[in-house]
Amino acid sequence: METHKQTYRLKIPGETENLELIRSFVSHIAQMGGFDEDDIYKIELAVDEACANVIKHAYKGRKKENIDLVIEIDFNKLTIIITDQGVGFDVDKILNRDMKEYLAQMKVGGLGIHLIKSLMDDVEFKSQPGEKTEVRMTKYFVKDGKIEGKQSNE
Amino acid sequence: MDSFEVAGRRQEKVEILAIKGYLDAHTAPSLENALQELVTAEKYQIVINFKDLAYISSAGLGVIMGFIENVRDHGGDIKLCEMNAKIYRVFDLLGFPKIYDITDKEAEAVKKFNS
Repeated sequence: METHKQTYRLKIPGETENLELIRSFVSHIAQMGGFDEDDIYKIELAVDEACANVIKHAYKGRKKENIDLVIEIDFNKLTIIITDQGVGFDVDKILNRDMKEYLAQMKVGGLGIHLIKSLMDDVEFKSQPGEKTEVRMTKYFVKDGKIEGKQSNE
Repeated sequence: MDSFEVAGRRQEKVEILAIKGYLDAHTAPSLENALQELVTAEKYQIVINFKDLAYISSAGLGVIMGFIENVRDHGGDIKLCEMNAKIYRVFDLLGFPKIYDITDKEAEAVKKFNS
């Protein structure tokens, strides 16, 4: 099949003041890709959460390190790959956290990954303690209540 | 870039923080400072009005989580009101409506403290 994949890239210093710029970049591309306002908001928020996590946890406020964003638009989906040069983390430990218990304990922070998983269709984290982290998240175009082209495992 | 503002006012014994703009990891410290000032002054009956807030990320929710326990321990609360649908959905996705008092109108939130 002929592919129409288009790729956009943004390399930007990992500072919270750049979050607004990152959101504008992502939102603009999602809009060009034909997503509706509701999905654009979800994509924007998911990227904000992922980048804020990089700045807070991977870079711990160190300013000069970059966040690398790659956005790929294909005929049926938009994929964002966010890579940092940070310290990595134990993916399983974070993903398997019980949110109900977490909220009940009123713990601050750590909500971002839960939000990303709720907002996007597919989310994949690649990280090892001591190494860089790659977050890959995908949103499919939805038409008439059906996800276009997504393969179901059911 | 000044994309977030907090304006405080008082109605009877209730402190109201009206927040405006974009609340993310960069601007969350402004809300944190405003809440800290109230708590330091032992003002524990707080309403946050979200009417003019266009955007919130978990950093904003984290700030509220950081204060709620202390405020409730002192017999007060942080009540939230006038959220648009997009903002409410973020709270809903994280299960906040079960833990926090969220009302449609500010007057309703204020009244709850006085009843």
